[in-house]
This record gives sequence, C-alpha cells and structure tokens, in this order.
Amino acid sequence: MKIYQGFKQSSVLALWFMFLTFPILVIRVNTIEKVIEWRWQNMFYIGIGSFVISFVWRYLMKKTASVNKRSDSEKTESKPLIQRLQEEPKIYRPAMIILGAAALAFPFLLSTYQVNIMTTALMYVVLALGLNIVVGQAGLLHLGYAAFYAAGAYTYALLHYHFGIGFWTALPLGGLTAALFGIFLGFPVLRLRGDYLAIVTLGFGEITRLVLENWNDFSFGPSGISGIPRPGFFGIELNLQQATIYLYFLVIALCLFTIFVVRRLQNSRIGRAWLALREDEIACQAMGIDKTKVKMTAFALGSTWAGLVGVIFAAKTTFVNPASFTFLESAMILSMVVLGGMGSILGVALGAFLLILLPEYLRAFSDYRMLLFGIIMVLMMVFRPQGMISGIRRTYEYHGKETDHYETPAGR
Amino acid sequence: MDYFLELFFGGLTRGSIYALIALGYTMVYGIIELINFAHGEIYMIGAFTALIIASVLAMAGMSGLSVLILASVIAVLYSACYGFTVEKIAYKPLRQAPRLSPLISAIGMSIFLQNYVLLAQTSDFLPFPSLLPDLDFLKPYISFIGPTELIIVFVTAVIMVLLTLLIKFTKMGKAMRATAQDRDMAMLVGVNVNRVISSTFIIGSALAAIGGVLIASHIGRINFYIGFIAGIKAFAAAVLGGIGSIPGAVLGALILGWTESFATGYISSDYEDVFAFALLVLILIFRPAGLLGRSTIQKV
Repeated sequence: MKIYQGFKQSSVLALWFMFLTFPILVIRVNTIEKVIEWRWQNMFYIGIGSFVISFVWRYLMKKTASVNKRSDSEKTESKPLIQRLQEEPKIYRPAMIILGAAALAFPFLLSTYQVNIMTTALMYVVLALGLNIVVGQAGLLHLGYAAFYAAGAYTYALLHYHFGIGFWTALPLGGLTAALFGIFLGFPVLRLRGDYLAIVTLGFGEITRLVLENWNDFSFGPSGISGIPRPGFFGIELNLQQATIYLYFLVIALCLFTIFVVRRLQNSRIGRAWLALREDEIACQAMGIDKTKVKMTAFALGSTWAGLVGVIFAAKTTFVNPASFTFLESAMILSMVVLGGMGSILGVALGAFLLILLPEYLRAFSDYRMLLFGIIMVLMMVFRPQGMISGIRRTYEYHGKETDHYETPAGR
Repeated sequence: MDYFLELFFGGLTRGSIYALIALGYTMVYGIIELINFAHGEIYMIGAFTALIIASVLAMAGMSGLSVLILASVIAVLYSACYGFTVEKIAYKPLRQAPRLSPLISAIGMSIFLQNYVLLAQTSDFLPFPSLLPDLDFLKPYISFIGPTELIIVFVTAVIMVLLTLLIKFTKMGKAMRATAQDRDMAMLVGVNVNRVISSTFIIGSALAAIGGVLIASHIGRINFYIGFIAGIKAFAAAVLGGIGSIPGAVLGALILGWTESFATGYISSDYEDVFAFALLVLILIFRPAGLLGRSTIQKV
C-alpha cells in the first residue's frame, strides 16, 4: 500500500515536472532561420529523472525529520562525532601534522596549475573566515563583501601604478583601506536591522563596482589595470613557477595567521560581545555592551581580511578589473560561510575548499557546474541547514563537587 | 519641455515594471519574511516562455492580438507554476530554519534557474517579437510617449487596482493580511497558512511574468541574465517603499523609475544603477523602515 502511494506521488511529480519544463526544455526557437526545434527526448529524461529523484527526496526528508525529532528529545546529550574528533587530541594532532606535511609538500609534487588552484582556494578560506566574523559571529548579513575585496585589490593596483609602491607596503595599506571602508559603511548601517542591512550592503557593493567600472580617470574603467608585479622575494628575481610556489606559501602563512587571530578573537571580550549581539540585540545592550562600537569593530575587522586578500589577488593575477567583484562573488563567499557552518572555523574553511575545488574539478561537466552548484546550495540548506560542521559553542559545565565548599554552613 | 515629458514617461514606464516585480517581493516578504532572490528569475522565465510560445504561434500562422493574448496567458500560467514549485522545493522545508538558510537557498535557486535557461535555450540575446499593437491616436505625442509605454502604464495601473481589491475584499486577501500580521495566530483561527503562502507565490510570480512580457516587448530582446538586475532593483524599490507594504512597493518603484530616468537624462547615463542604489542607501539612512513602512518598536 505504502509503495503504491509513493509510486503514485512520484508519477504525479514526474508529470508535473514534464509539464513545467515543457516550453523551455523542449522547444527551441531559432529566431534567425525561423525554425523550431522540438526536443522531446528532454521531456522523457525529465520524467524519468524526477520520478527517481522524488523517491530519494522523500527518503531524505523522512530521515531529516527523524533526526530533528531525536535531537529534540535528547537535547544535545551526546556531542556530534565531528565535534568529538576536534576535541580529542589523539586524533586531531596527527591529523594536523599530516595536513601540515601535505600542505608543505603539495607545490613540489603537483603541477603549477594545481598549485594555482590551491592558492585560490586558500585565498577564499581567508575571505570566508573574514566574512564569518561579520555574518557568523556578529550576525550581520553582509551581501557586499566583494566591495572590500575590490578595495584591497585596487589599492595595490593604483598605488603601484601611480607611485610604484611594492607588494609588501601595499599589503597593510590594502587591509587598512578596506577597514576604513568598513567603518565608512558602518556609519549608515548601524541603525538598520536584518534585511535592510542586507540590501544596503548589497547596494554598497554594487555602487563600488559600478563606480570602478565607469570612473575611467580613476580606475581605468572596465578594462582594468594590468602589469601589477608579483610579490618580491628579498630582491631576487623569480621565474613563474617559483613565483607561484612562493605565493602559495604566502597565502598559507596568511591563512594560518587568520585562523590564529580569528580563534583568539572568538573567545575574547569582543568576540563574546559579537555573540551576544547576534543572539539578542536588546539583551546585549541591557548588559552594557556598546552596540555601535561592537558592530563597527565587526565590520572593520571583517573587511580587513578582504583587503589583505584583495592585495594578494591583484599580485596573483597581475591584473584587476571590476568584473572580478560582482555580486556573485559576494554571494559565493557568503555561501562558503553558510554551507560550511556559520561560526565554525573548520567548517568555513571546508566550505571554501569545497566551493572552489568542486567547480574546478567538475570542469568535465563545465557546462553544468553552475547548475549543480545552485542545486547543491539548495539541497544543503534543505537537508542540513546548520552547515557541514556546526559551530561549537563554548560551554561551561557545572560540577557539583567543586561547589560544595561554597555552601558554607553560615546559611543554616 | 518635450524632453522633460519624455523622461517623465520613461520613468513612469520603468517604475511600472519595477512595481510589478516589486509586488512579488514585498508580498512574499510580508508573509514569510524572506528575500526571494529567485523572483527575478521567475520574471525572466516569464519573458522566455512568452517569447517561445509567441514564436511557435506566429510560425503556426496565427497573428496579431491572439498571439499576444495567448502567449501572455501561457507565460503567466507557467511563471505561476514555477513560483509555486520553487516555494515547495526550496523554501517550504526551511520554515523553521534560521533566517539565513532560506536566503542562501534562494540564491542557490536563482543560480540554478539562470543556468537552467542558459543551458536549455541560449546565452545570446534573443529578439522579442513586437506583440503590442500600435496605437494610432498616439501619433501627435510620439515624441515623448510611445504605444508600448502607454500600454505598460495602463496595464500596471489596472493590475494594481485588481490586486488592491483582491487583498482588501476577498477571503483570500483577508487570510493573507492575517498571515502577514501573525502566522501562528492565523493558524490558530483556522487559516490554511500553507495555502496562503502558496497563493502569495503564485500571485507574485504571475505579476512578475506580466512585467516580463511587457518589458520584453518594450525593449525587444531578452537573455537569461535579465532577471538578476531587474530583481535587485525591484527589491530595492520594495525596500524603498517599506517592505511588506503594497502601496509602498508601488511608490518606491515609481520613485526609483523617475530617479533613474531623470538622473540618466540630465546627469549621466553611465551611472544609471549607481543612482538607484545611492537613493536606496540614502532613504534607508534617514527612514530605516522605508517610506511607507511602519517602524515597529521591538519588544522583548
């Protein structure tokens, strides 16, 4: 009976999707030669595909529902496996060593192309960790992060173009510019809540890109700025391969530095203030936290990383133009944070790797990779909304024994 | 003066289209507090469906007004179905999830739909057949208002009135207002919230499709990417007027349309989009709840 019902449901769904995709997937009009191409086979594939997928969908739905029910009744009695792994030194220490060794050996074992991809992925790890400060920790939905990335990249490009300033001077300056940008944006943003904030940051991101695109005298318009030098290595000339490897290690260093800083921030006074702000603004103010200052620091600190990576991006590609800093870029970085798991450093890093490496190695299906990417984003949210690895909340445990001596007999 | 009038009507036309799309955003936001990023894509799909159906009908030998009406009706129908399906797949399972999750899901859906049309059809611009009739009585005014512009403004006005009537006086409209005010309470008094949400998506998508057909026949060409920028601007218009408020969305859209039109006409056409976003940012700084939005006092 149950199977029969599932069968019926799936058939209805298959018919529905065949109907839904009919005009766009089956008919193709060639407007120049005035002929219509009918692709009935697509309708057939959609029918079969949605029939099968609907079974999987229902199964997964049931599973997610039962997991939710269980966690409701148990109320996080047992920690999830991944969290236990992170806390168990016997497991994570060797894992760290293996990971470190692999990272060191990587550029010498594989081709320059692979190293380049890995460098990009690591850059996005830093970007995602930076955005994680704003979105994951302070809970401010930021949709214009690419603008700060652009600020860093253009700082280096323009400073080099006009004043011949080198990479190492530009790196802190890029971070600083982005941070100032963040503070500048912070002022109007402070009064806004939730989705209004999202749309203002989005608008700000678009304004930045459009200004860069149109203000030819300042930013050289859509053609961008080329001929940006790669980072110097104590004045030694490096060939392309060496430069790539050098950049790789540079980004690894930046990555480690970021992780270190973000971890320290997480449990600092200001990190706890962000958390409080995210959970409840009013309660947070009632506890005497200066909302304005805390939001501002979140924006400034989050943006700094974008600025730093921006400088590295300019040095890596030796060319910047506004097309690299579209809304899609911001959305991509945000997806890394959310897919990985907001607030969790490991999760965010994993999210960044996944979203950069997956499309890169899916090049075999190059036409379909953005399609798959969209599907994965939706599915991930539907079946695992907390992200791959959910953030670990620092917990303070209450031990009865230790408190014994507080209960002095004085009260009796 | 002619130039001014031309810009004025140009802005009005733009504003009308933004209004049609913005209504979908604002209605969905009013009910489930979600920025439906895929809404711009629904509008694009509406335009594409109309193009395909119109071409097929035209090649089958039909002509004139019947093609226009049939293509528009089918486009609206299909867009409504898409809106309905998108809600069921990407948003319904996420009702209880944290607020960011449906937003990410919406961005994913938007990317998916764009690429779906890109792969199934083409990445090139397709010429959209001119379906709207020529209105002869407009000849003396042609310098500042064309027939398509007049039709767009007229159709939008009619739809606004119909929508207002629907929301004010029908049972479904009452249920929508109740759900927007308090979803749990509406459920307690017997409103089928799921059905209300579905019909909101259907109405919003249908409006977007009408906007898609109109703008496509006005501009004369479409591609898979038109939904994105239109969607963002319509969303900006919805926020400008105060998101969740239906007259607000229309007002915001008109202001946005005029701002763009006059700014590009008198200042510079390069910064068209910058003006739109700058206006949005300015209004939100001075009136954070939008022009007609009620600034709710947050209670603990």
